Amino acid sequence: MRQPSPLLIIFISLITILAVLINLPNSINLPIKIWGVNNIRLINLNTFLAAFDIKRDFSLKKGLDLEGGTSITLKADMSEIPSAERNNALDSAREVIERRINFFGVSEPIIQTSRSGNDYRIIVEIPGITDVNQAVQLIGTTAQLTFWEEGASPSAELATDSAALLPFGVAQILGPNAKKTDLTGKDLQKAVVTFNPNTGVPQVQLTFTPEGSKKFAEITKRNVGKIVGIVLDNQLIQAPRVSEPIFGGRAEITGQFTTEQAKNLQIQLNAGALPVPLSVLEQRSIGASLGNVSLQKSFIAGLIGFLVIVVFMIALYGQLGVVASMALTVYTLITLAIFRLIPVTLTLAGIAGFILSIGIAVDANILIFERMREEMRKGKSNYVALDLGFSRAWASIRDSNIASLITSAILMIFGTGIVRGFALTLAIGVLVSLFSAITLTRTLLRIIFR
Amino acid sequence: MLDIIGKRNWYFFVSLLVIIPGVISLFLYGLKLSVEFTGGSRMTLIFPKEVNEKIVSQVRKAFAEEKVNVYTIQPAKNSVIIRTEPLQKQEDIKILSSLEKEVGKFKQESFETIGPTIGKETTRKAFYSVMIASVLIVLYIALSFRKVPKPASSWRFGITAIIAVLHDVLLLVGIFSLLGHFYNVEIDSLFITALLTIIGFSVHDTIVVFDRIRENLLRVSGVSFEKIVNDSILQTIVRSLNTSLTALLVLFSLLLFGGESIRWFIVALFIGILSGTYSSIFNAAPLLVVWHNWAMKKREKSNTP
Repeated sequence: MRQPSPLLIIFISLITILAVLINLPNSINLPIKIWGVNNIRLINLNTFLAAFDIKRDFSLKKGLDLEGGTSITLKADMSEIPSAERNNALDSAREVIERRINFFGVSEPIIQTSRSGNDYRIIVEIPGITDVNQAVQLIGTTAQLTFWEEGASPSAELATDSAALLPFGVAQILGPNAKKTDLTGKDLQKAVVTFNPNTGVPQVQLTFTPEGSKKFAEITKRNVGKIVGIVLDNQLIQAPRVSEPIFGGRAEITGQFTTEQAKNLQIQLNAGALPVPLSVLEQRSIGASLGNVSLQKSFIAGLIGFLVIVVFMIALYGQLGVVASMALTVYTLITLAIFRLIPVTLTLAGIAGFILSIGIAVDANILIFERMREEMRKGKSNYVALDLGFSRAWASIRDSNIASLITSAILMIFGTGIVRGFALTLAIGVLVSLFSAITLTRTLLRIIFR
Repeated sequence: MLDIIGKRNWYFFVSLLVIIPGVISLFLYGLKLSVEFTGGSRMTLIFPKEVNEKIVSQVRKAFAEEKVNVYTIQPAKNSVIIRTEPLQKQEDIKILSSLEKEVGKFKQESFETIGPTIGKETTRKAFYSVMIASVLIVLYIALSFRKVPKPASSWRFGITAIIAVLHDVLLLVGIFSLLGHFYNVEIDSLFITALLTIIGFSVHDTIVVFDRIRENLLRVSGVSFEKIVNDSILQTIVRSLNTSLTALLVLFSLLLFGGESIRWFIVALFIGILSGTYSSIFNAAPLLVVWHNWAMKKREKSNTP
């Protein structure tokens, strides 16, 4: 029987204390009167943590359904889009925005399209963010990719007027009658940074969708010998001369890029070039959709659920159950602390992931205890049963947890919105539960059995 | 000694009995999708004073009286944003007048038709990621179980685990198709989450049983595959029941004390965990035996020309 390692005990205690500190509200006010002064501030956590050079706001970020957030209504300018394609353009703009927000973090946005008559709108609700500018930045109303060609016969009078409306730099290169082609960011399949084999200069290679390839071939065919302008965010970034029609559906954006610039361009294009220009129409902060009463009830229910686990585990496993409950409490504290640190936007879906991970943590304990019982039934002493129980249960715990981690990793990589929120809390929970089952429970049991 | 494997056909029969009505309902009625999938109407109401919990519940009541399905009611200072199923203009007017009786003066600032919050992209991506995850889990189990002695095959462990998951998904979706048809229960984003949770739980549960089979296969020799699987189930059944019972007790307390808005979510989890436990004990492991016996028979045939 190995003795509990003192280092491990210190480590566990430290982690627990840290988790408690992070989970405590920023300040605790005592509602009593002392010397006529109301609300004595007992602890101010931030001043305490400042001693450790930690100055973060550890408040738990809650999702739209639980606490509300910012709602932004965007107007899509459809004047350039043929009416038959407007619905499609709106839907793909919606997808681009969803991708962008997901790309930046762990919030779970609600994104909806709205159309009435000639009014095309996108409603974006981002939980946890109260700063509207930050929200608008997340959505990004730009990164619109367009391709331009020379217009028909120049007409001097019209020219001066329309030149002012052209994207920056287009009039100089393509003339005042430059025309926008039907090829847009919607036709882009992907963008990758490549390096010119001859010069080693970074460039961005565009691959078009089958439909985009067709359009691109058309454009290059009718512009042989002429210049085609590539415009991003209303600014001409490149104006290559077409030497021959291109049928492969690929184009290169070259220029005096640094590798950094090329990478940024690639990210912007891949995060989705918007098919239509968007502008902010309205913004407001909104409340929770589930309502406070519902949330309070669910919280109390969760607390009761936790007590039920404790009672059930103690009824089933006695002393071992007490240990499991202690380990489970520490598990919950650590997981919540991590949610605050990252921070994870907690929505109902996220809470579901968390509940599943609590189940997994309890299960790990049950697996171990059942194995220990088996060994004890064979007449082994407590000490021996403890070590054997752990090593026998390990294969099951490992395999089932890895399966959960695989699932959550895939859901996180390929999923969107709620699915990602679920996967993230599940993954964190599973990792902490591994630590809790193997290290926490074992150390506590070794202390008791010593 | 309980003989679970010997009565396996009974258990398969029970599974089919429970799954088939749901599957028929899926074909006949499909699923009742919530406005999160279908899109609907969205209106903003402005009140003369700050919106509180009382106004929100009055608004909720007014919509319920008109039998209009509300997806969310979100307060914002002195206005409320309400998302509902698709409404016609006349319906809107009717609701507004009955709302006026309930809460007094207010103004409707906007009334618009909106698209779904869960786009096709979200659904498709969730579906694909579950597919990819399933394939990877089969691969992982096959890899982790590669040392099981012949003629058992580690691939069979992986694939039967996923079949058990399929059992749970079909059962849950089927039951919700029935609930949707007869009780207007809708499929929303929480249902997707519940489905994902169930998939996680089911795989987890099955692997624990399979791990025991693997251990016993390596340790015991000269015993039939059937007997080993049966013993393994019996050795893990206490753990399976204890784990599920813990989860069900927690869900039960959530059902009793939790909010209205998560009720069907909890019900979905409840059904799923029951089904996940059943399928890991009575479907996954017995299927392994069926497959094993079938493979052995085939091999015998090819050995005796």
